[in-house]
Amino acid sequence: MAINESYAQISNILVYGSMGAYTFAMFSFATSFAQGRDTEINPSNGRKAGNIAMSLTWLGTFILGAGVLFRGLSASRVPWGNMYEFSISGTFGVMLVLMLISLKRDIRWLGLFIILPALLSLGLAITVLYTESAQLIPALKSYWLLIHVSAAVVSAGVFSIGGVVTILQMMVSRVENRVAAGLTPGRFEAVARRVPNAEVLDVFAYKVHAFVFPLWTFTVVAGAIWARSAWGRYWGWDPKETWAFITWVGYAAYLHARITVGWKGNRAAWIALAAFATFIFNYFIVNFFFQGLHVYSGK
Amino acid sequence: MTDQSKNPQNESLADSELSELAPGAELQQHSVDAAPIALGAVGWVRWMWRQLITMRTALQLLFLLAVASIPGSVFPQRTQSPLKVRQYFDENPTTAPILDRIGMFDVYGSSWFSAIYILLMISLVGCIIPRARVHWKSSRSLPPVAPRNLLRLRHSSTIQVSKTPSEVSQEFFPVLQKYLATKRWRTVVSELDANDPTSGYVSAERGYLRETGNLIFHLAIVVILISVAAGSLFGYRGQILVREGTSITNVLSQYDAFTPGRLFNTESLVPFNITLTDLAVTYEDTGIKAGTALDYAATISYRETPDSPLEKRTIGVNDPLNIGNSSMFLVGHGYAPRFEVRDAKGNLVFDDAVIFLPQDSNMTSTGVVKVADTDPQLGLQIIFAPTAVVTEQQGPHSLFPDLIDPKAFMSAWIGDLGLDTGRPQNVYTLDKTNLKRIGFEEIAVGETWDLPKNAGSVKLVGVDQFATFNIASDPAQNWALVGAILAIVGVIAGLYIQRRRMWVRVVTRDGQTWIEIAAMSRYEDVDVSSVVESITQFCASHFGVERFAEVTNEEKSH
Ligand code: HEM
Repeated sequence: MAINESYAQISNILVYGSMGAYTFAMFSFATSFAQGRDTEINPSNGRKAGNIAMSLTWLGTFILGAGVLFRGLSASRVPWGNMYEFSISGTFGVMLVLMLISLKRDIRWLGLFIILPALLSLGLAITVLYTESAQLIPALKSYWLLIHVSAAVVSAGVFSIGGVVTILQMMVSRVENRVAAGLTPGRFEAVARRVPNAEVLDVFAYKVHAFVFPLWTFTVVAGAIWARSAWGRYWGWDPKETWAFITWVGYAAYLHARITVGWKGNRAAWIALAAFATFIFNYFIVNFFFQGLHVYSGK
Repeated sequence: MTDQSKNPQNESLADSELSELAPGAELQQHSVDAAPIALGAVGWVRWMWRQLITMRTALQLLFLLAVASIPGSVFPQRTQSPLKVRQYFDENPTTAPILDRIGMFDVYGSSWFSAIYILLMISLVGCIIPRARVHWKSSRSLPPVAPRNLLRLRHSSTIQVSKTPSEVSQEFFPVLQKYLATKRWRTVVSELDANDPTSGYVSAERGYLRETGNLIFHLAIVVILISVAAGSLFGYRGQILVREGTSITNVLSQYDAFTPGRLFNTESLVPFNITLTDLAVTYEDTGIKAGTALDYAATISYRETPDSPLEKRTIGVNDPLNIGNSSMFLVGHGYAPRFEVRDAKGNLVFDDAVIFLPQDSNMTSTGVVKVADTDPQLGLQIIFAPTAVVTEQQGPHSLFPDLIDPKAFMSAWIGDLGLDTGRPQNVYTLDKTNLKRIGFEEIAVGETWDLPKNAGSVKLVGVDQFATFNIASDPAQNWALVGAILAIVGVIAGLYIQRRRMWVRVVTRDGQTWIEIAAMSRYEDVDVSSVVESITQFCASHFGVERFAEVTNEEKSH
């Protein structure tokens, strides 16, 4: 089937457009951050800029969604056949999850810390990972792949948000511990003043991770079902599969540490971050440097 | 800062409650057992067993399993790419044998890897059984007795009502009980006893399915571990190449590669028979991915057993043929050029299509033709290119995988092919020890090359295709799927359902009647306060009270 070049171009323009909107959103978040001193005393500090930032983020997310859509239309298939497409879809997944959470709770404090990595990821996608729109190799044509990758895209989004919240939690708890010990707040004071306290962050991070664990389990299972129909075995310890398993074990260990061992705060946070690191490793390092059947990075 | 340090009394109460709620709690204590010093063998075994089934050990084993699977993604694995393993040995002659001895090239089949997951499995079973027993008991018992002072719990509230305690107990508690039942709480009412002012309350509990889901999840992991192990012990994997127009039977001798599980019995191969009638391959012909295969489809006719009726269907990528426990997957394709060879007198001595192995993505392929019936014997070593070009650097090769300008580039050898030595012969290479090269030529379809030295002639008659099929059997794969589904269902129940307890008590304070409401959860559950809130609301609206005080200790501690 032929590639619709004009759709592919529209998609590129939309992706650039979303980056524009996100850049302005980032400046607004930064302004809000700069004004938002002592939000507990005066919660309206930095509100206006925060609201503008949220609107811009919504706008950027819609544009990015359209960009992802046109990318798919250009090849008449789902837009995750190579790493470029996975990156734009994945970033869209992160931003969509963030926007959905924002409908239920006030997460303006989180905006700056998500939008920075999102912009980074889009920038990386469009410069380093960019691949022209093309058809898929036959093994990738399967609706189980569609299910597997959609679940992976959403998981990637939620994992990233969990990771960012966890990092914030560690910064804030460092400040809190120093203050409790009678020391100066230290270098994360500015952050700590503008985000919820460590306990709230800790619980938020737990909720995010507990939500995503069943989804990731499903992602791995769907991948196994696809692998069985494509290669004749559901599990072959291909590097990609191995690292997906390691990620799964990592998050299971985090949940165990939290629920059954009762760890809170930094000790559990380190496990969550280690698990997130294995996820990122699988995406960037394994895709590029390890040999395996899954290698379809398009480079 | 949690309120632990601020409210020790509260916490110790909650603690005793917690350990009752946590079925695994008494198991966890085993980990602090000291090793027995003079208990003898039985004591040691028992001690080790107890160590094994602790949560901590299970976690460590799980972590170990993750770490242990890393080297398999770093080093080439025999089961996946034996060629790369050989290459690794060539490139690292000193380290490779050492790595080999510790199983680095077959990590997932190594004894230490198996040891970890067998221990994990035992540990899991050791955890599940006692927990299941406890859960079975607790899921049939009534909600627990209320703590003496509800307002000391972290999430609690109280409202004042203008009724007497016994009125509340007799009129309101049944209403409340009905209301809670509609919200799927299990309830029990303790009637107000005149001698005990704290005795009038409703106790409720819900969320038993959380622990059920949890147990199912862990059991499912055991099912998956066993299925994976069983599949690799009793299953097999192999590869068969089938030319268009020919048929194969599923017996060992037909396989080009065959890897049986340790306990696989070759006799149990289902002897199905397959004829490849057509192989269709479409290629992308424009853009940067030109030449990529877009789709393959193999049209076959087959019999499941020698006596069953002939059936027809196509096998596509991602669309295998399943017969019994075996499945047949189309994983690749290639060309089988058809040659006619005549001897010096013009007698036809060879007439067949020969499977050529693809060497690159444009299907430059190599193969050999061996003619044993001539004297001297004749061997042809051939490069076949479906869209042929010859360049200085690369020599003859193909520019595109489809048959646009097919050519065969042949070198002819005469002498002894070495077929009689009894050594197993590789059909894809020539053993040149006793052969002499007599010439080189390129021919297109329909052309004939008259061999030098009066050795006869070769004609490229046409080009057939062949399909590469993986045939695999995994007798336990459905169990693995069942395990996976159970794991997902179980983990959703285990993480999303909240196990909660709640009490509503009527008391007299300062001569007034008060209702106290409190709730708690064993788990990470920030929304417990909303339970207290909604029940308080219910009580308030029942008694027409508009103002009430929510006493969440959490807030007090801030
Ligand atoms: C011997 C091995 C294991 C033991 C003793 C064990 C024990 C437990 C216990 C007691 C809980 C209960 C938490 C609660 O009270 O709700 C739990 C939860 C959990 N376990 Fe395990 N576990 C084991 C192995 C595993 C493995 C191999 C995994 C998968 C990687 C796993 C994943 C989970 C998850 C995700 C939860 C949280 C779900 C929930 O709270 O219900 N566990 N485990």
